[in-house]
Amino acid sequence: MKDFAQLIKTLDSSNKTSVKVDALTDYFRKASDTDKVWTIALLSHRRPPRPVNTTLLRLWANELANIPMWLFEESYHIVGDLAETIALVIPTTSDQTDKSLTEFLQEIILLKKKTDAEKHDYLHENWLALNYYERLVFTKLITGSFRIGVSQKLMTRALSKAVDVAEDLLAHKLMGNWDPETVTFDALVLTESETDQRSRPYPFYLAYALEGEVAALGNPEDWSIEHKWDGIRAQIIVRNNELYVWSRGEELVTDKYPEFNAFIGIVPNGTVIDGEILPFPEGQIGTFNDLQTRIGRKTISAALLQKTPVIVKAYDLLEWEGKDIRNLPYEMRRNLLEQLIESKLAENLPLHLSERVQLSSWEDVATERMRARELHSEGLMLKRNASPYLVGRKKGDWWKWKIEPLTIDAVLTYAMRGHGRRSNLFTDYTFALWQEDENGERELVTFAKAYSGLTDAEFRKVDDWIKKNTLERFGPVRSVTPVLVFEIGFEGIAFSKRHKSGIATRFPRILRWRHDKKIDEANTLDDLKNMIPT
Amino acid sequence: MKFPATNKCSESAYAMQMKFFGKSRGADRTAIRKKRIKVKLHSFSFRARTFHRRFKFTSSILKNMRAPLLVFNDKGIYCEQADVYLDPWKPVTNAIITHGHADHSRYGHRNYVTHHTNVPIIRHRLGEISVTGKDWNETFTVNGVKFSLHPAGHIIGSAQVRVEYKGEVWVFTGDYKTEDDGIAVPYEVVKCDTFITECTFGLPAFNWLPQSEVFADINNWWTENQAEGKTSVLFGYSLGKAQRLLKHIDPAIGRIYTHGAIENMTEVIRPMVDLPPTIRVTRETKKEDLAGSIVLAPPSAHGSVWLRKMTPFVTGVASGWMAFRGARARRAVDRGFVLSDHCDWYGLLNSIKATGAERIIATHGYSDIFARYLRELGYDARTAQTQYEGETAELEQINPEDEVA
Repeated sequence: MKDFAQLIKTLDSSNKTSVKVDALTDYFRKASDTDKVWTIALLSHRRPPRPVNTTLLRLWANELANIPMWLFEESYHIVGDLAETIALVIPTTSDQTDKSLTEFLQEIILLKKKTDAEKHDYLHENWLALNYYERLVFTKLITGSFRIGVSQKLMTRALSKAVDVAEDLLAHKLMGNWDPETVTFDALVLTESETDQRSRPYPFYLAYALEGEVAALGNPEDWSIEHKWDGIRAQIIVRNNELYVWSRGEELVTDKYPEFNAFIGIVPNGTVIDGEILPFPEGQIGTFNDLQTRIGRKTISAALLQKTPVIVKAYDLLEWEGKDIRNLPYEMRRNLLEQLIESKLAENLPLHLSERVQLSSWEDVATERMRARELHSEGLMLKRNASPYLVGRKKGDWWKWKIEPLTIDAVLTYAMRGHGRRSNLFTDYTFALWQEDENGERELVTFAKAYSGLTDAEFRKVDDWIKKNTLERFGPVRSVTPVLVFEIGFEGIAFSKRHKSGIATRFPRILRWRHDKKIDEANTLDDLKNMIPT
Repeated sequence: MKFPATNKCSESAYAMQMKFFGKSRGADRTAIRKKRIKVKLHSFSFRARTFHRRFKFTSSILKNMRAPLLVFNDKGIYCEQADVYLDPWKPVTNAIITHGHADHSRYGHRNYVTHHTNVPIIRHRLGEISVTGKDWNETFTVNGVKFSLHPAGHIIGSAQVRVEYKGEVWVFTGDYKTEDDGIAVPYEVVKCDTFITECTFGLPAFNWLPQSEVFADINNWWTENQAEGKTSVLFGYSLGKAQRLLKHIDPAIGRIYTHGAIENMTEVIRPMVDLPPTIRVTRETKKEDLAGSIVLAPPSAHGSVWLRKMTPFVTGVASGWMAFRGARARRAVDRGFVLSDHCDWYGLLNSIKATGAERIIATHGYSDIFARYLRELGYDARTAQTQYEGETAELEQINPEDEVA
């Protein structure tokens, strides 16, 4: 544990990628095999299930801190991270422990089945035997939130250096279902075994946002143009008469989309499709809001399946007849995909093709982009016909060209402190628009929350302003004098019963601070409603 | 702590006031008008206070009936009886200054009174001002109000102000810390009835390590950077933090360079403190000489063109805020050292307890939360709005003082 805590401290205290990679490489060279497997697991978001809920965790930590519960909560809102708050308020003793990372994780896995009294004693004993950083890491293992500014990509790069296996190959090996409790480092990283590969997806190839003029991409004939669908990016795998659906977050979501079970027996074994899961109510592509009703549901009722079915809009084929075809040019992969979908076999499957739009000039492409909102797409995807399917986010062959967001001027009404690097700064804002009642009285109605879009310097200014213009406090939330106006951008808009304003916006964020506008000049809720496509 | 039992001077209060602060007749007249009523109330409450354990409640009512000795108005902390302000943030006639940081010692007052070791510091910052230096524990009386300065341990020359009138004692801490930093005269407990305390780090999440451990970390960091041929750039306030760093980093490791703002301030402080030699970074400074050296710079130099000369360099910040991972990430430095010139959680709580004060006024910092906790502990605690910044400037803002040079 000492080595792992030291690693996390180093990763945590530097902003330089090279320093982080070196620290990780060094760790991977020295650590025991089981510690290495667990480190890979933790840094690729594979965590043991949470053995203690956070309410008990707070309560028990607070017993050691010997402060009132409200004070713990206030501290938490300021620190902005539960594990960090716990690590800070518990006193450090002279006790020590030499247990390894693996031992701790094995204990944490077993802890889930223990009684509350046993859990309580286990936590107290270990919190007091660890120094500040070890305590932070230990608590993070318990809470299961292990975000420390190291991407899986970075971890893979370091591991690749340490074991001398190519990065892309390693990225593929680390995908999919493997259990850090049972897999050996040798099996996970060094050797290949056929059975483990059955469910394993390929690393997703991700596009960058288009930079500069589209015409700079050269001849439009060299490019495939498609709409950028707004759903869940997924790989659908059919192998050995079994189906696996992987989301981009490397989550296995097969059970959530039973529609795709129909692929088995029709789509040939040894097929991997890359596409977008989209809601398809009444035979039409719906909005992301429709899809929201499917995400996060563990059991899908027949009524819901009927009301909001899903389809996959397929745009790429990564494996065909059991062969990895990622190195074929996009053009050829597309031809195979189109043959599969247009064949009689796939006729009644929830498998649609993401059509390519044949256009001969960039002007026509720009015009097509303008149709995006009408088609419920986010804009266009531009893919070079000759491009292989790469690993991760790479520049050059794939670009996303999104439409400009919808915008509205809204008034800042509530603020909350942020988390992570924005802890202790008021950076999470709630915005309101004007609504007029029958008597012509105007009031501000909340319509969206936004957390991003200002520079650090602007956030500091707004934070300072909020502290001086607080009206009321509701726990961590402050209401502020309505004075500041911001331009809010968002991708989509739909009616919603869950929102007070009656409207849901997709991905709202701050575009700029309208210093030039008074609150009277902010928009009305009716202005917003007028943006909803009919 | 012992204080002179009687007034050192036999001059009249008005003459005293003239001597220390120059004229201020208006306030004096008001003071005399109110005097009679106050005296009556005071003697009454004084008697009640002798039984205060039993009659604590009555006593506090009586005390509250009398106008408080110090009030917070739009200019600063004000003693009406003496027409004196403590650390005012707007220009006034008579100002007692706790220490040299910009948020406590501002421009434009007619008369400044401060600890004598702070005189050269505020002269350096504010230019030619009318300032009187006092010794520790030296009592000076203005219209019956006895003032004295006591070590606050925050930075060199930093003082708490003790204010006594007719047996009632108030103490204003300014900024303070309980750990002996080896430069400032260490903090001393001053017994009082009302304690006006800062609480910059008034949360249980702040617990400082002994400075010896922090400096061992800093020296190791410098040694490691040096081994890689890099310059170590360490940010800290040019007044206070910079000299504390200077005092405890190991000059045997290598050369110590300073930013102009820090070098200027250090020159002022050198006659009073033994500090290792430093070299000012100038246009002529050679890149080769900087490699492997440490450079002390004010926080505002972070991200500036000035730093380019140090390339390849590694940055560090020494501040209490570095206790928070989020703050560290936001500051975008390579290394954060948790080192503060303010009290941590237990530093505040223990100091408050030691003063014996019943009434606590929490100023800059997490004052609402801190005062609520003190009330739960049984203190009569409240908050007051001031314009002091604590250590925030070191973290979030550009220190205007550092912007100059």
